[in-house]
Amino acid sequence: MTAPTALRGAVGTAHARVEGRDKVTGAARYAAEIPFAELAHGWLVLSTAARGRIRSVEAGPVLDMPGVLTVLHHGTAPRVDSEYIGMLGVPPDPSVALFQNDRVPHAGWPVALVVAETSEQAREAAEALVVHYEEEPHDIGFDAGRTDAYPVDGHMPAVTEKGDLAARLAESAVVVDAEYTTPEEHHNPMEPHAATARWDGGRLDVVDSNQGSTWVADELCKLFSLDPASVRVRSEHVGGGFGSKGVRAHQVAAVMASTLLQRPVRVVLTRRQMFSLAGYRSPTIQRVRLGADPDGRLRALEHESLSLTSTVYEFVEPSAGVARAMYDADAHRTANQVVRLDVPTPTWMRAPGEAPGSFALESALDELAEKCRIDPIALRVRNEPGTGPVSGLPFSSRNLVACFEEGARRFGWADRDPRPGMRRDGRWLLGTGTAAASFPAGAGPSTAALTAEADGSFTVRIAASDIGTGARTALTLIAADALETAPERVRVRIGDSDFGPAMIAGGSMGTRSWAWAITVAAGELRERLAAGNGIPPEGVTVRSDTTAAIGALAQKERHSFGAQFAEVAVDAGTGEVRVRRMLGIFAAGRIVNPLTARGQLVGGMTWGISMALHEEAVRDRVSGGHVGADLAGYHVASHADVPHIEADWIDDPDPDDPVGIKGIGEIGIVGAAAAIANAVRHATGVRHRSLPIRPDRVLAAGTGAQDA
Amino acid sequence: MTPPTSSAITLHINGEKRTLPVDHRTTLLDALREKLDLTGTKKGCDQGQCGACTVLLDGRRTVSCLQLAVAAEGREITTIEGMAEGDRLHPVQQAFLDLDGYQCGYCTPGQICSAVAVIEEHAAGWPSAVTDDVRPEAGPPPLTPEEIRERMSGNLCRCGAYVSIVEAVARAAAGRTTAESAGHPTVEAAGRTAVEAAGRATAAKAGEAAA
Amino acid sequence: MREFGYRRVLDVSGAVALLDADPDARFLGGGTNLVDLMKTGVERPARLVDIRELPLDRIESAPDGGLRIGATVTNSDLAAHPEVRRRYPALAQAVLAGASGQLRNMATVGGNLLQRTRCGYFADVTKPCNKRVPGSGCPAIGGDHRNHAILGASDHCVATHPSDMGVALTAFDAVVSYETAAGPGELPLTDLYLPVGDTPHRETALPPGALITGVTLPPAPVAAHSRYRKVRERASYAFAIGSVAAALDVRDGVVRDARLAFGAVASRPWRATRAEALLAGAPADAATFAAAADAELAAARPLPDNAYKGTLMRNLVVAVLTELAKEAGR
Repeated sequence: MTAPTALRGAVGTAHARVEGRDKVTGAARYAAEIPFAELAHGWLVLSTAARGRIRSVEAGPVLDMPGVLTVLHHGTAPRVDSEYIGMLGVPPDPSVALFQNDRVPHAGWPVALVVAETSEQAREAAEALVVHYEEEPHDIGFDAGRTDAYPVDGHMPAVTEKGDLAARLAESAVVVDAEYTTPEEHHNPMEPHAATARWDGGRLDVVDSNQGSTWVADELCKLFSLDPASVRVRSEHVGGGFGSKGVRAHQVAAVMASTLLQRPVRVVLTRRQMFSLAGYRSPTIQRVRLGADPDGRLRALEHESLSLTSTVYEFVEPSAGVARAMYDADAHRTANQVVRLDVPTPTWMRAPGEAPGSFALESALDELAEKCRIDPIALRVRNEPGTGPVSGLPFSSRNLVACFEEGARRFGWADRDPRPGMRRDGRWLLGTGTAAASFPAGAGPSTAALTAEADGSFTVRIAASDIGTGARTALTLIAADALETAPERVRVRIGDSDFGPAMIAGGSMGTRSWAWAITVAAGELRERLAAGNGIPPEGVTVRSDTTAAIGALAQKERHSFGAQFAEVAVDAGTGEVRVRRMLGIFAAGRIVNPLTARGQLVGGMTWGISMALHEEAVRDRVSGGHVGADLAGYHVASHADVPHIEADWIDDPDPDDPVGIKGIGEIGIVGAAAAIANAVRHATGVRHRSLPIRPDRVLAAGTGAQDA
Repeated sequence: MTPPTSSAITLHINGEKRTLPVDHRTTLLDALREKLDLTGTKKGCDQGQCGACTVLLDGRRTVSCLQLAVAAEGREITTIEGMAEGDRLHPVQQAFLDLDGYQCGYCTPGQICSAVAVIEEHAAGWPSAVTDDVRPEAGPPPLTPEEIRERMSGNLCRCGAYVSIVEAVARAAAGRTTAESAGHPTVEAAGRTAVEAAGRATAAKAGEAAA
Repeated sequence: MREFGYRRVLDVSGAVALLDADPDARFLGGGTNLVDLMKTGVERPARLVDIRELPLDRIESAPDGGLRIGATVTNSDLAAHPEVRRRYPALAQAVLAGASGQLRNMATVGGNLLQRTRCGYFADVTKPCNKRVPGSGCPAIGGDHRNHAILGASDHCVATHPSDMGVALTAFDAVVSYETAAGPGELPLTDLYLPVGDTPHRETALPPGALITGVTLPPAPVAAHSRYRKVRERASYAFAIGSVAAALDVRDGVVRDARLAFGAVASRPWRATRAEALLAGAPADAATFAAAADAELAAARPLPDNAYKGTLMRNLVVAVLTELAKEAGR
């Protein structure tokens, strides 16, 4: 590891999680684990129809069941307002406007909430509730031939183009033209979504599992037309999120029921319900066309991506966006399209766009390298852009080549025989592959409060969220350095909307955004303390707000980068694929806590294994719903699937960030699946362009010249 | 005649007797979390598919989501809350803490309970699905990373902390303490060396045509 | 989950008497499958009879070299037992290949044999399923059937039996003992499971209310040279997409005795009798092994998305038998 530029000591030094003891002893309490007197339990009832109207909800018999307190549905639920723009600048998915009408836009749509004294009673009553539907024909068919697909912007332009693509492709000596697909993937955080809502002294208090407590508070406040000061959302420990934990049906249902019953109500999603209610990553169908000179220099690049969304909300998985930062060509076109189907609305999932997009683009680069007979790393080095390929803007820093050089050295890449199928270990064919990674580096406005306590310690209050990233610990180190004190003297309190607006744990922007606010407040606090007026018993508190500072950032191409390496073993007789080792070298800004940062990067790479080999939700065309919507039907990588993985980084501080941070939450998954697929190609000679690379696909493809 | 659908039961948990009425439908997991305020045991799937709810029942690891509370009467239950001795963490807990064998922490109590049992099962000579020769004459397999991974596979970790969990289990199994390892190569350093050594081996083998 | 009564029983006669009196009652062993099915609404018993404390938790060595395994022996104890590992290593391997350490500590031998299919349609009460609701249809045939049966299935049901343990037991001629209110009985394991036909909801030949009390393995010297190989879509903690239990006795390059059973390809653990017949007395080489696999798989009737299982099983048979033959040659 290259030595980081020293700041004041804590940042850059490995530090065990400050809440670690609570997590290993079971003392850390998650959203469904705070006891409340008079707690009632809500259980959601989901639609079995895939499209249509609710004719009737037969609540009567259920209300007579033991312990049942109420049944909420479109005939009984309070009205909510979903015509607003939320904290992140987008309107809400109408899926959270629960029980507002009789429309059913997809299988698994919430149609009722049964509330009872115990969870066993609520579950039995919810399962007994009869709902009659007027069913309409549904359409869940996702394929490349959809004529109703259309371009959607999302948080980036749908289409970018320059140059004459057809002409440049026609003159290219080497052309790659291939279609890649990725399946529907689900976040499946280990902690199911859970919320307990209650009214406490005129305030709505929601204990929830989410990725931003002020974010969820703001949404609930707007949905229920409440005074912002009267809503508090707490979320101290969060059992994973990966993009799925924003405002969802469970909080809204709990608030509705607690308002009606005037007692605390807890709603926890079952694992099966999460498949319909928690969001997911859309499947993608991507076409990549590359045209190059014989030496691999790109003349033409086109990346088109099709994803799906629901009929009620427009969400785009912007997989074609990745090429806008990665590779330049005289003719360059990228386009994201969606088709609207009778399915739940997808949402952000770890590296939205980049994860599936990099699988297609980095596989295509590998195909081009093979056709040009040049090394895949050399091909990428040859196509390094000087400025943003689409924007023309300078990069804040771009150390991709350094990542490849360091990675190649450590992985033993130089002596690789590029010919496929040349190495064997018993029944296993061995192969290695590589891919590039990138993910945008950004920051969102945040506020923080820092208090110098009379006893010489410091308290930080910020509505940050630690969903497993290690943010709480990283912020402790940042505050300690900014305050020039020891981490042990700093207490960081997070996960409470009463601490004021703050960026969510998302987009790899959380820690950077919060660190910025803490750094600013710490500077002011030190000035105040230096004035030497002493510290009163209530302490000295300083608040910061980074809105203006972040707004003043110069326009640049700001990204983290990385180089992924994988070695796989393939049994061509059984179709089994095992990853034997992985290495990722990243240029991802200043690393605040090497111990937890390693976990973030290795965790992302582990997601890459899972994406490459296992993950796939299956939807049944007839019913429109899932088959096997649980953790036995939807495989995520288990211990046995994950070999030793090494992640490391090179020194790459962001010059425009007060601490030098870029963000590390998502870059680890980017390119990882492509590196594995490229390694499978190297092992077997077969190119797999559809994920996951399942045994049946490997068997069907065999070895040799065929492609899958 | 309708049989009673609830019972008053006494559970032996972490060395204490706890008497409570339970609906027969109540799982041990829900009894711990909802009735006994022992929320360290986690509900991840409620279907025996993730391992987050792992506890020890008569010393053996069990998924408490598929164990009815009424059927657990009379058995010794150990949960994550019963692992430490006062302020002194169990060596497995300490290893998870030191080596960052977790991220969000939600699967962690289950991983730790499972790991404690894995070390015992291995010490008792139990083979696993990756043990080359299961015959007793072959002797117990060494607790390699591969053996640890297979034995721990009933505990999913969606954050992807498997690499450091395996390191933590290996360290705890080897009975090493943080203090001892300070002056020695750490497990993670050994892993790094292994990746690089494999890289060299790759390079060495690259020329061998085997297909 | 509906409310239910609960009784713990300490003797076999008491257990079968309780079930005989109440058709809505179910035996509760480890609960790893039944409690899950109760949560999903597939099973809705009115009473559970807890049989875990019955004196059926022992593994006894028979003087003739066989084993008698009690019905409530846990999967873990079965796989760890020295005589199982010595005399029937494929059985230990099969058990260890199933589920997880936690589930193996809970699950019992009897419950393992009677576990239900993991077909996603069967497990989802909002969808049709002929096994769960006779006559409602089989959506797997036109839907998701990548991991469904290629052997012995029907137009009414293509679900597979998920057991690994049962595959090894089937290869070794296991006999199931049971008890009913009318007295004890026995069934060869190969006869325990009924053909699918047009009655996929009728799964076993056990009389109503019968309690499996144990499994007897006859002596089989060939089983000492046995192996279980399982292929699945994740390296561990997943059901098989294809598995093979095999035992081989080779002398002077000729197969003297062979046992072969398949998992995850049929509604029951599949004893490959055609293949065994072809193997006996034939040269122990890859050509024989492939011919044996082909003989067994000739009856396969795959669906569009599970045709790969034919290739998989053929390759697995050849690979496992080749390994066993190589070891025999040492």
